[in-house]
Amino acid sequence: MKNTLARIAGQIGVFFAFFALWELAVDLLHVKPVILPPPSMIFVSMVKHWLYLLQNSWPTFLAVSFGFGIAAVLGFVIAIGIAYSRWVSELTYPFLIAAQVIPKVALAPLFLIWFGFGLAPKVVIAALIAFFPIVINTARGLMSVEPELIQYMRSLGANWREIFFKISLPWALPYIFASFRISITLAVVGAVVGEFVSSDTGLGYVISYANTSLDTDVMFAGIFVLSVLGMLLFLVVVLIERLFLSWQAAVEGTPETM
Amino acid sequence: MAGAPHIHIEDLNLHYRTKGNGSVTALQGVTIDIAPRSFVSIVGPSGCGKTTLLKVLSGVLRPSSGKVLLENTPIGETDLSGKVGYVFQRPLLLPWRTALDNVLLTTEIARKDMPLAQRKAEAREWLKLTGLAGFEDRLPHELSGGMQQRVSLSRALAFRPSILMMDEPFAALDEITRETMQEELLRLWSVTESTVIFITHSISEAVLLSERVIVMTARPGRVDEIIDIPFPRPRDEELRGRPEFTSLVQHIRHKLHPRV
Repeated sequence: MKNTLARIAGQIGVFFAFFALWELAVDLLHVKPVILPPPSMIFVSMVKHWLYLLQNSWPTFLAVSFGFGIAAVLGFVIAIGIAYSRWVSELTYPFLIAAQVIPKVALAPLFLIWFGFGLAPKVVIAALIAFFPIVINTARGLMSVEPELIQYMRSLGANWREIFFKISLPWALPYIFASFRISITLAVVGAVVGEFVSSDTGLGYVISYANTSLDTDVMFAGIFVLSVLGMLLFLVVVLIERLFLSWQAAVEGTPETM
Repeated sequence: MAGAPHIHIEDLNLHYRTKGNGSVTALQGVTIDIAPRSFVSIVGPSGCGKTTLLKVLSGVLRPSSGKVLLENTPIGETDLSGKVGYVFQRPLLLPWRTALDNVLLTTEIARKDMPLAQRKAEAREWLKLTGLAGFEDRLPHELSGGMQQRVSLSRALAFRPSILMMDEPFAALDEITRETMQEELLRLWSVTESTVIFITHSISEAVLLSERVIVMTARPGRVDEIIDIPFPRPRDEELRGRPEFTSLVQHIRHKLHPRV
């Protein structure tokens, strides 16, 4: 317990040290605020524009959530196909790899043409970026089940539903949640890229607009809020993971914090 | 549940097709007779087809030729579902289930007719018989290797299989745990109705436990000798010190390493 407290204090300390160093460097080197504002100025800007920032957090939050949700559902379904059908896995694997190699960010302008301004293009980009790790990890998790165990269950007369829900799915859950952790942060990247290119709302829009009008402090305020949003979403995933995988936290011993 | 079947294997051959046109003979001319409720061990060097034989007996692999009969019925026509329990070299427990829930896994599937309360009571009983009373609610990672293997054994016995297949179940355990487990297995077997087919690398383990030891040779897997072990039951560790025991072990050892 004491150890955990010390660790958290240390983790917070690192953040403080970083900002203190930043503040000091800007002050000592006389950096112009338009190039790099000090953290204190960013904080003031965050307080001043809090409503504007909060209002623009909502569309970003929606885009990330929908994008991630779509990626999770689609990824799961396709992973089942890959894990259980050699035919599906052999057919789709090259395509998935090829699709992964394309920088999805480069497709953003195209989605502007296809889906227009609103939420849709952001959701699509977020989903596309978040999708790949979920497919790969879920398929790997489902395929990592001990074959002897499955044979045993079959010999007992288990049907596929029993094998899937009693053995394979719980077996794959740690893999699935590991991919969720990666994908939720990727979904944030996707949504923001979407907002850079084709939006008039959202934190990505706040950042790019502040950038063009040289409001560097507002831009950093947007980045800060964005990273807080990303961390909160990550935390939600971790909490859900803890809920489902309490046994695993116990296996690992000390549960790690983000 | 019908009792343990009489198993009769006659002139069993099994060939694996390899990549290209070749084929490997895993089992050749294997003839074995296993009486109901007996304890039979199979010993032999790696690659002698022990595990292959086990897979044929569980219906996973089909013989290339020869007969495998259970109560005079070819194995292909027998419904083995829910009749064979397994204990593998690794415990293969479900890490998210407690010891009790791991034991319940088999009856959940093979004994749906039994009410949950009864299955639970019996699972607790098996854990008690394997020396795990008080550990019912522990997760596998909280148990030692030997305890995990006891859970695995309880899981296999819980649905009262007619045949219990054990594939080097104690190979991963330290010697002291291993010897304790051997005695406990004998004790447990005496209260069950199961035939045990036990694969091992350890000659003394085979002699201590079995009524019959099948010595196999490698490539192709063939039965070299079938040895009846005459020692009366109940047996215990004391047996190891007896000269008859040592000479039987010695005899089998010479079979397996002809040059020694």
